[in-house]
Formats: sequence, C-alpha cells, structure tokens
Amino acid sequence: MPVWLELVFRVVAVFVAFLTLPLIVGQTEHKVMAHMQGRLGPMYAGAFHGWAQLVADGIKFVQKEDVTPRAADRAVFRLAPIVSLLPYLLVLLVIPLGPHGLVAQPLDIGLFFVLAVVGIGVVAVLMAAWSSANKYALLGGLRAAAQLLGYELPFVLAAASVAMAAGTLSLSGIVRAWQPWWLVWQLPALLIFFTAGLAEIRRPPFDMPIAESELVFGYLTEYTGLRFAFFLLAEYVGIVVVAALTTVLFLGGWRGPFADAQLGWLWTLLKVFVVSFVIIWVRVSYPRLREDQLQRLCWLVLVPLALGQLLLTAAVKLMI
Amino acid sequence: MGIEPVDVLLAALGAIALGAGALVVSTRHIVRAGLWLVVALGAIAGLYLVLTAELVAWVQVLLYVGAVVVLLLFAVMLTRAPIGASEDLDRPRWAGLLVGGGAGLGLAALLIDAYRWSRVPLPGQGTGAAPIGTEVFRTWVLPFEVLSVLLLAALIGAIVVSRPDIGRRES
Repeated sequence: MPVWLELVFRVVAVFVAFLTLPLIVGQTEHKVMAHMQGRLGPMYAGAFHGWAQLVADGIKFVQKEDVTPRAADRAVFRLAPIVSLLPYLLVLLVIPLGPHGLVAQPLDIGLFFVLAVVGIGVVAVLMAAWSSANKYALLGGLRAAAQLLGYELPFVLAAASVAMAAGTLSLSGIVRAWQPWWLVWQLPALLIFFTAGLAEIRRPPFDMPIAESELVFGYLTEYTGLRFAFFLLAEYVGIVVVAALTTVLFLGGWRGPFADAQLGWLWTLLKVFVVSFVIIWVRVSYPRLREDQLQRLCWLVLVPLALGQLLLTAAVKLMI
Repeated sequence: MGIEPVDVLLAALGAIALGAGALVVSTRHIVRAGLWLVVALGAIAGLYLVLTAELVAWVQVLLYVGAVVVLLLFAVMLTRAPIGASEDLDRPRWAGLLVGGGAGLGLAALLIDAYRWSRVPLPGQGTGAAPIGTEVFRTWVLPFEVLSVLLLAALIGAIVVSRPDIGRRES
C-alpha cells in the first residue's frame, strides 16, 4: 500500500470513529437514563425501543434558528464551538485500538501529547463565555476555567503515575507494560484520573459551570441550533476520549481474557463502552457538587492522593 | 540545494507567529489580544514540531497555551473584559516599537550573521522524552532544582504580598 493511501485510510478511519462513537454514546445515554429515571421519549420514539430519539434531536438542532447576539464578538463566538471540538479529534489520533500498531498515528510521547492537547479545551470555553456578552455566560466560563485548571493537576499526576510504572510515555508502550495486578497497585490513580476526567469534560456531578438552576446554561446560554449541537458533540467525544484514556492507561487497553492479537480492538472497544456506561451512570446517580465543594475535592482530596500515589508508584518501582 | 517543503512550512509558520504577535500588541480588543497570543504561541509550537523537537513543542502547548494564556485571559475577564474596541488604552507606541523592533532586528541580524546559509541536519530520533530527561536529570540537575526552588520562593512571595490577612491575629 502506498504511503499516502495508508495515511488517507488512517485519517478517514479516525474521522469515522469521531463521528460514530459519540453518537453511539449519546444514544446509550438516552437509553440508560430512560431506564434509570423512567423517561418516556427514548423508550418509545420511533416505535422500536426509541431508536429515533437521537435522530429527532439532530433534526431539532438543524431546524433551530442560528442566533448570534447583537452585542457578541461575532468572530470569536462562531469560532468557539470548533475550537472546543478540535482537541478531542486530535487526541483520537493517538489512542491505540489494538496491538501491532493498530493506531492512527503512533507517537513516542503519546501521553504527553494527549495531556497537552486536552488543555486547549479551556481556551474554547473562555472564548464562548466572553464572546457571548452575557453575564451568566461569563460567570459560567470563569467557573469552568477555575475547574479545568484545578482538575488538570490530579489528571496529569495520575497519568504520570502510570507512565512512571510503565517507564514510557507511549500509549501503546503503556498497554504492553501493563500487568493485571496494576489494577490494585494503580487503583487510587485510576479513581483520581476518572474523577478528574469527569471534571475535565464538565459532566455531572461536575457541571457547575453550566448549572441551569443558577446560571441559565453557563457559557452555553447564548448558543442555539448547530453551534450548540457542536458543543454537545464535544461533550460526547469527551466521554469517549476520557473512557478510552482510562482504558488504555489503567485497564490494559487491548488485553483481554484470550486472543489479544486478533480480538484486541474488540477488548478495547468493550472497555471503552463499559467506562462510558459508568460515566452516564454517575450522571444519573449523583447530585451536582457546589462550587466550593468542587474546589475542595480537587485541592484537598485528589491532589494529595495523587501525590501519595506517585510516592507509592516510585517505591514499588524501586523495589521490583 | 533548492527550497524544500520544510523550508516553506517553516517560513509560513514564522510569518503566522510574527503576524499574530504584531496583532497582540496592536489590537484594541483586549481579550482578542490574548487570543492572538494563543495563535502566536501555537505557531511557535508548530516551528518546534517541524524542527523535530516534539517534546518541546507539546510542552509549549501544555504550559503556554493551556495554562499561561488561560490564566492571563482569566485575569482579564475577572477585572474587565469589554467586547469591542477599547479607546482608552495607553500604549507608548514609539517607545514600544523602538525597544521591541530594535531587539527583534538586532537578534535577527546577529543570528543571520552567525549562521549565514549553513545547514545543520535535523536530529532524527534523539529528541524524545528519554534523552531530554537524561540530560535534565543528570547533567543539568542542579540548575533545574535551583530553578524550581526559585519558582517556589516566587509563589510563596506572591501569596504573602497578596494576602496580608493571613497570619494576622484577630484583634
């Protein structure tokens, strides 16, 4: 296969994953929430197990009028949804699906790349918040920025613990070095990473920045139609990315009970969907954290725990 | 030795970085200045990437785009963040042009004179995390640690200066 053809194939594959996985997660969320909370729409829409609910959502967003507030900074306002989506697309490029280089773009410092690129999301939130010319949006944006900056610390520290254990920053290398007993050894890091990941994508119970009972809809207040759908899509890609990173870093990626070489991609996808399910489950189970509780959890619980895990990782690593 | 695609890419990224940098200091929209800074720093990260310094490029994105600029925007939005042009900005234009332009031109002249058109082959795989880590933690470990102590001191100093209420007894 010529190089350019392979390149095109890889990019197209990632793009397809980028378009389908978030939609599957979105539909799963509809169904899971419907079962857990007795919601009717996703059970009956389209007659067969509510399959048409997501389609209806899509059509609704396309039909809505695209409003840009008069006082808004138009260019920045329109750019923000794209900037919020782009980092996650880039991250999907380096996540390994299976062994033997089944990854769109193997990168020697993949983990570092992921952490750096995910950080760009904050800029998109600040852009959306400021350019809306709305005080609720601005307040939501400031909350989001404080939350993202804070939770980035335990997020990075927990990931650093695994990188230290594996002795590499390559995502494929981490999966290769992974052993089942890491599930115990790296358990605190797993929980910290998962919690901080939830906060990074601003999912409930960490959705204080868009708390609708006090801030209307935070930095998304002024967005309608397709632009709003873009932010929503970014949230669902975010779920996929956090689930995939948790899988690759802590749950052994393509390692399964049998036939890793042939069925590696299947194990990866299965684990990603299980973690996504837990993310949805957490959303329906826990009430929203108050702003001060949210910061307290980050700085007084997660950061010290993550530092402790780093010490433990270093100690065990020195002993074996 | 003609012009290769890499040279074109370098020149384009350099032009983007320069243009965005000029907009940072010349735009009248305060928040947009911060956003142009994101573009300028991103283009510089792109320059590092083209020069195969991958780790430096992503450190640039993580620290400068993801943290420093965000803090800057955060601070601007906490104080005042007008949408649209601000007419009351006081900027010493000519002094700024003289200092900034002079330093830029001087450095450019110095570097061009030092290297002329000599070419240096790009290092292949030697710029990943492992070699840089080895350098930092073996050869340069003392300056590295001294720097981190300096940053810690600056951090504590900032807290002491900005929070005079801490440690004062209730009277």
